[in-house]
Amino acid sequence: MKAFKVISPGPMTTIQDLGRFSFMDRGVPPSGTLDSFSCRVANTLVGNGHNCAVLETTFMGPSLEALCDMDIALTGADSNLTVNGNKVEGWRSHSVKSGDVIRIASASSGCRGYLALTGGIDVPVVMGSRSTFVRARIGGIEGRALIKGDILGRGPGSLLKQPRILPQELIPKYTREITLRAIPGPQDRAFREEMTVFFSSVYEVSAQTDRMGCRLKGHAVRHDPGAPRSIVTEATVPGNIQVPEDGLPIILLVEQTTGGYTKIATVISTDISLLAQALPGHKAAFERVSVERAHELYRGQMRLISTVTGLFD
Amino acid sequence: MTEAIHYEKPVFRVNGDSALLVEYGEGIDISINERVRAMTAVLGEKNLLGVKAVVPAYCSLAIIYDPCLVALDALMEDIERLEAARLSSPPSPPSIVEIPVCYGCDLGPDIKFVAEHTGLSEEQVVALHSSADYPIFMIGFTPGFCYLGGMDPRLKTPRRKTPRTAVPEGSVGIAESQTGMYPIESPGGWQIIGRTPLRLFAPERENPFLYRPGDIIRFRPVGKDEFLEIARKDKTDEGL
Repeated sequence: MKAFKVISPGPMTTIQDLGRFSFMDRGVPPSGTLDSFSCRVANTLVGNGHNCAVLETTFMGPSLEALCDMDIALTGADSNLTVNGNKVEGWRSHSVKSGDVIRIASASSGCRGYLALTGGIDVPVVMGSRSTFVRARIGGIEGRALIKGDILGRGPGSLLKQPRILPQELIPKYTREITLRAIPGPQDRAFREEMTVFFSSVYEVSAQTDRMGCRLKGHAVRHDPGAPRSIVTEATVPGNIQVPEDGLPIILLVEQTTGGYTKIATVISTDISLLAQALPGHKAAFERVSVERAHELYRGQMRLISTVTGLFD
Repeated sequence: MTEAIHYEKPVFRVNGDSALLVEYGEGIDISINERVRAMTAVLGEKNLLGVKAVVPAYCSLAIIYDPCLVALDALMEDIERLEAARLSSPPSPPSIVEIPVCYGCDLGPDIKFVAEHTGLSEEQVVALHSSADYPIFMIGFTPGFCYLGGMDPRLKTPRRKTPRTAVPEGSVGIAESQTGMYPIESPGGWQIIGRTPLRLFAPERENPFLYRPGDIIRFRPVGKDEFLEIARKDKTDEGL
């Protein structure tokens, strides 16, 4: 079923689900939504499973013409959503009719918005996922960001009997200063002298940030004397904080599977969603946590999402 | 290159809250890599609950797991148990994957530079490059990009001073003591000596790749006519 016609695409709007994990051993990165929390909630608010494909917007969203009746929900960045010019709230479902014009303007807080619709966006599953990976031109529509004139289909799904509204207290607040919790390693042994300094430094998110990684400005981390500057190439994961030759950390996101730089620490999964909402110029500090604590937090976030899902069943 | 260090028992390293690195040593070494691949194969068969992916590299593998489905301690115990069991069974022999390559001409514009740099003739470059067995140590960087071992040291050539902004899909190149193929068009500084007509990454196919880590690559020289013939077939037959 046709769902949307793209009137204007926004600077970087892509179709994403929760990611592609079946060919990581062949160099295919996971891709998927950067803020998976917002993706899961958006899908829940329109009655979908968590892995249905959504639109991920980057600062500015698209204008879309609805081509059928459906429910939509926008989560993530506070993006000034309008339906036929009337401002409507995020983090809740809206019933839209064929012919309605949905516009996602620039974000007043946060960076990435997630638009879910009844049944999810229907594009072919490529290697186990609908996620767009532009560099290899796979997923989404022809492996690229949306362009004007694209027609997006939707999967089967029934319309809601009543709107779903996320309780106010569960809506994340995005601020200009964030603290990212991180686990030291895997190459913490190369930074014994700098670890404390790293965890007490405040960095700035630079403009060189995309879905592959987020470059930081601030204290240049030094390797311990005698410690190798690079390692034999090994697998990387989202959240790995690489320290290249110039010492300025790069937090890897979802479009890389291997690398040869040393990694001082790794941002916990729960906080990647927070990082996904940071804009260039925002401040980021790191707080050291244990892997056990990170697991508690992850399970806590997943429990919260199942609670949210349960609210509407 | 410094000598590789073999660990008697694998070392676990926490890699964030959703990945565990299992290291078998340090350095680029075929016997360390064989242990990595053997464990990767075992994990592929066992399909442990909560394991989303296993990514082998030169001397370690990363196990990507879901912390809601598996506890880290339990995962490490499983690996230790599997490691002990694995030692009694011999590894399966590698598959040999033949890659046709049209060397030189407009498809391998840097072959002349490689010949000049190495003091070999272009024919010798082709003969040496296509007579070796290249084990795939790992795949990364882009989909299907192989880190290959086994290149004849006489072919060693530095990267181009100025990288190309777009190296065509299928290009075969040399960088220092490494050789490799570009499965998708990407920027790159490797000396391009030829091109394969095969699609190394075909996402619409059930198996999008022709090889996996541990396989052995052999390059077979083909002329331009055969190159075009294979390219035409590979497109129309949906490959293999």
